[in-house]
Amino acid sequence: MAEQTEVKTTVSITIDGRTVEAQPGELLIAAAERAGTYIPRFCYHPRMEPVGMCRMCIVEVDTGRGPALQPSCMIPVADGMTVSTESEVTKKAQDGVLEFLLINHPLDCPVCDKGGECPLQDQTLAFGPGESRFVEEKRHYAKPIPLSDLVYMDRERCILCDRCTRFSTEVAGDPLITFVNRGNATEVNTFPDDPFASYFSGNTVQICPVGALLARPYRFKARPWDLDQVESTCTACAVGCRMAVQSSSDAVVRHLGIDVDPVNWGWLCDKGRFDFEALSDEGRLTTPFVRREDELVEASWSEALTRVAEGLADARDRHGAASLAVLGGARLANEDAYVWSKLARSVLGTDNVDAQLGDGLPAEAVLGLPRATIDAACAAGTVVLLGPDIKEELPVLYLRLRDAVVHKGLRLIELSPTETGLTRLTAASLRHRPGEVAQLMDALLAGGRGTRGDGVEVAEAAALLGDGPVVCVLGRASLAESPDSVVAAAGALLEARPGTTFLSALRRGNVHGALDMGLAPGVLPGRVSLDDGRAWFADAWGSVPEARGLDATGTLSAAAAGRISGLVLLGADPLADFPDRDLARRGVGGAGFVVAIDAFLTPSAQQADVVLPAAVFGERGGTTTNLEGRISRLNQKVTAPGSARVDWMIAVELASRMGADLGLESLEEIWDEIERIAPSHAGLTSDRLRTSEALDGLLPAATADVETEGAPPTMSQVDEPGTSAAAAQGTDHLPGNVQTEESSLGTGTGSGPGAEGSEGAASMAAAFGAEADVADYGEGTTPAEGGGEAEAIALTADAVAQGASVGEPSGGGTEGASEGAASPRTIRFARSAAPSGPPKIDSYSLRLVSGRKLYDAGTLVQHSPSLAGLAAAAPLRVNPADLHRLGLTSGARIRLSSSRTTLVMVAEADLGVPRGTVALTFNQVGQLAADLIDATMAVTDVRLETLAETSRVGSRSSRRESSGG
Amino acid sequence: MARLSPENEVLARQIIGRYPRSRSALIPLLHVAQEQDGWVTDDAMAHIGELLGLTPAEVLGTCSFYEMFKREPVGTYLVNVCTNISCQLLGGEELLEHVEERLGVKAGATTPDGLFTVEDVECIAACTEAPCLQVNYRYFHRITHAGFDALVDELRAGRLAEEIPPHGTTTRIRQTVPAPRWAGVGAEGLPPEIG
Repeated sequence: MAEQTEVKTTVSITIDGRTVEAQPGELLIAAAERAGTYIPRFCYHPRMEPVGMCRMCIVEVDTGRGPALQPSCMIPVADGMTVSTESEVTKKAQDGVLEFLLINHPLDCPVCDKGGECPLQDQTLAFGPGESRFVEEKRHYAKPIPLSDLVYMDRERCILCDRCTRFSTEVAGDPLITFVNRGNATEVNTFPDDPFASYFSGNTVQICPVGALLARPYRFKARPWDLDQVESTCTACAVGCRMAVQSSSDAVVRHLGIDVDPVNWGWLCDKGRFDFEALSDEGRLTTPFVRREDELVEASWSEALTRVAEGLADARDRHGAASLAVLGGARLANEDAYVWSKLARSVLGTDNVDAQLGDGLPAEAVLGLPRATIDAACAAGTVVLLGPDIKEELPVLYLRLRDAVVHKGLRLIELSPTETGLTRLTAASLRHRPGEVAQLMDALLAGGRGTRGDGVEVAEAAALLGDGPVVCVLGRASLAESPDSVVAAAGALLEARPGTTFLSALRRGNVHGALDMGLAPGVLPGRVSLDDGRAWFADAWGSVPEARGLDATGTLSAAAAGRISGLVLLGADPLADFPDRDLARRGVGGAGFVVAIDAFLTPSAQQADVVLPAAVFGERGGTTTNLEGRISRLNQKVTAPGSARVDWMIAVELASRMGADLGLESLEEIWDEIERIAPSHAGLTSDRLRTSEALDGLLPAATADVETEGAPPTMSQVDEPGTSAAAAQGTDHLPGNVQTEESSLGTGTGSGPGAEGSEGAASMAAAFGAEADVADYGEGTTPAEGGGEAEAIALTADAVAQGASVGEPSGGGTEGASEGAASPRTIRFARSAAPSGPPKIDSYSLRLVSGRKLYDAGTLVQHSPSLAGLAAAAPLRVNPADLHRLGLTSGARIRLSSSRTTLVMVAEADLGVPRGTVALTFNQVGQLAADLIDATMAVTDVRLETLAETSRVGSRSSRRESSGG
Repeated sequence: MARLSPENEVLARQIIGRYPRSRSALIPLLHVAQEQDGWVTDDAMAHIGELLGLTPAEVLGTCSFYEMFKREPVGTYLVNVCTNISCQLLGGEELLEHVEERLGVKAGATTPDGLFTVEDVECIAACTEAPCLQVNYRYFHRITHAGFDALVDELRAGRLAEEIPPHGTTTRIRQTVPAPRWAGVGAEGLPPEIG
């Protein structure tokens, strides 16, 4: 946006005799750094408010009244300012500050984790006096004390820079550590017996400029100069935080967050930071297993793959391709997902594929709704939350939204069945009964008219909502209800507020990539529906199934009825992860031939006929897609254990044993084929993925992007551990003192935010959105329209800009597509009729809500020793009034019955749960909400009884499962 | 370890109501807690945190900054003996030794009967009256050894109960502020952004 006016938008300052331009309001320390002058610092961090705590950044500043020493992190630049960072006075001041900071510092660098990558060490060398006049006894404290299960504190090393305490208060919103005492006795500590139990505690270790905060999983594991690292993307959830994966002796020992502007700002949650422990867990599968006489025994790959190929081919030949199914895929990289999608459709011949395990949203909604980015959500005036507890499921998205609320005035309007981690930050938080979010949304959009009871609250929220487009964070608030209601609510919102965009809140690692690659029934790679893409993909792949297949619930129901004779579990564990354990048990048990491809011998894998060991995050490369649709690279750092293989290789091998050649031999080939035939990914060439622009991730054109205001804060080298103060800005995001494998990284030339592609993309998306608005709502998905229109939609901004056209598909060996065939259009959301009214409930029952917590009984957490202990058993949460009505007190043991089963557990009073609702965390250790849930019902009703009563327990509700999907 | 008593919780809520931001009531509430128990217990800090919507750590951070909030039990009478320059020149250190001998505990400790805690303190701003000490922050000027002995006898006998209330007492006549005179409140009542 070049301004033609003469108004000067920058200020001129002189740094060490050089005149440089700076942004008005910018802090001197940041302006100097952008101009290439590094001013030493400890407390300053570009993602937090400055405090001027450490005094290391004092420089001589002259604003016209003569030079004076000032902390450069506290003063904004002003026109005509003259700064000397190298004058005698400045040097003497810096010497003095460092000498004082070192008075009580123990200088135990040889045994300190930070030694070798320590800003205090580096800056003492670069700017310090060299020797100290202090000869007295230093301050002594007990050596590291645990602040939490994950973080240790060595108070002797602490220089009181306020970074960790500011982070916990300002960024994480968990002020559980604080300065205690005063003067020489000041220390950072917690309240007695109240640990630093924040989901973000690991970030304080990363930003600590000395070795005071230590991560238990990394402590004494390695020295920085022994580490080797690659830049990669976290796949613990769908936010897609960029991080450095660091290893020593071929074992991952640390993850460090990397500051990318559109996504994670350098932060990680503790699950993503510490889950690398699972990689080297003893439970990892290292060899294939084959069932022989009812027992899984070790087998060679050759034997196991032959068995799988024969088993699946046999099932297909005897019962038809529709009797095969592939469940899972959210663990895979995009390339793996694509190859599996291709294998399932063209070789197995089935459309029964689903990367979601009944815990997500229909693929048509995720792929078809106009999409928002995290930046767009944070820059929007209003965000509507329709989904899970973001703090529990997508922690770093919570940090971003929290920042926008606290610092940018973002207004959150939450519609949820219980209070969530975001409720305290909302402008309005409305409760709905489970399964009735669509009704609440209707009331909200009607301005609160016609609502019973809480009409005033709804009207107030409606006033806050306004009339313009908003951004909606959309996901599943509860696994104990069907997604129909929330999808209907989203449809109503889009219809009432055209221009509204949606940010998916599905949590599984690469579920969005798996959906993009067609791992969902009725969906083909590139966000294309089976109907629209049939011809195009039949050309590319040779064949595509005729009929739409079954989703996970449908597949498991069919399997339970004996209609699935070959089931592939692609990193899926329905027995632990599917919302309805009874159905999962009958489904996995009822499937004829079961193959599990997994990293661990999960409960489902234990029932399989063949188990194949898979390489997982850190052990394979590729790309991953986050909840915005942003594609970023995964890089391999360590070797997979034993003979574990990458999922796409397994698929290619399997295809060849079934007599088909997928024609794919490398990640690059796979990506090239994706780029060629997946319409949404056209233009995202593998060359572009290797550029520095791709370090922040690339957005497919269909995702709208907004420009955020102001220059993003720059992350200086020293803010990452292991960077020497003297080092110039590197060519990538990675911290400096650690080895980097050049080959796996590509050659970046900078680390600017991924702005390219988004401008053009935004205009395309705008046209797309507007077109979709008028053409499509309320009419259902129309079959492929005129070629011109379809082509225009499918073309990416880049393709348009470069005058390139989307070519004909030519993968899979089938050449010669019909002349001029346009690639199919991408899916557009079609609003379906809202579910007919809320399900009835009898007056004795309560309606169940089951959401997730960050630490649960899942594979990743349970195989990471440091995290496993954090997954505490969760009680049933009940409104105190309901407890009282039932004659119970908080903490009482109760019996909880649903149509499925009866469980005994503890009930606790929780005001965050409305009357008539009970909340039970999904998949917690020793407590199995999935046992209660019937996935074929719209909602789950439960009854609650004291343990003393026994008479009514046996009487099950007469509801039976209604359909097989 | 005591949380605030029901009466003090009522008082605490009244105090919170006087401030536009509840967090401003933190130090007044710490006084209430210290008055209740003679020192600030961990439970009281946690309770104050609940009342103010703060984490216990935030309460601790403020509480521990101030020397006069005691986070360990202290005696009914806190005896602060000055040994800074003026008092030192006029026998402050000898006075402290005498106090320690007379009460049978070293500076920093509390007598077994829980009546006296001795502290060795820096200047208490009464240099013209050196050597001096404070009992529960009430001054005693130009104290001789015999004078201190007499003071102890008076305190033990309860004859100074009127002048020197137990440690932690902030006031014996609680001021009540009518609502219209609360901070930031005009005659027309609470401004809308607070109410």
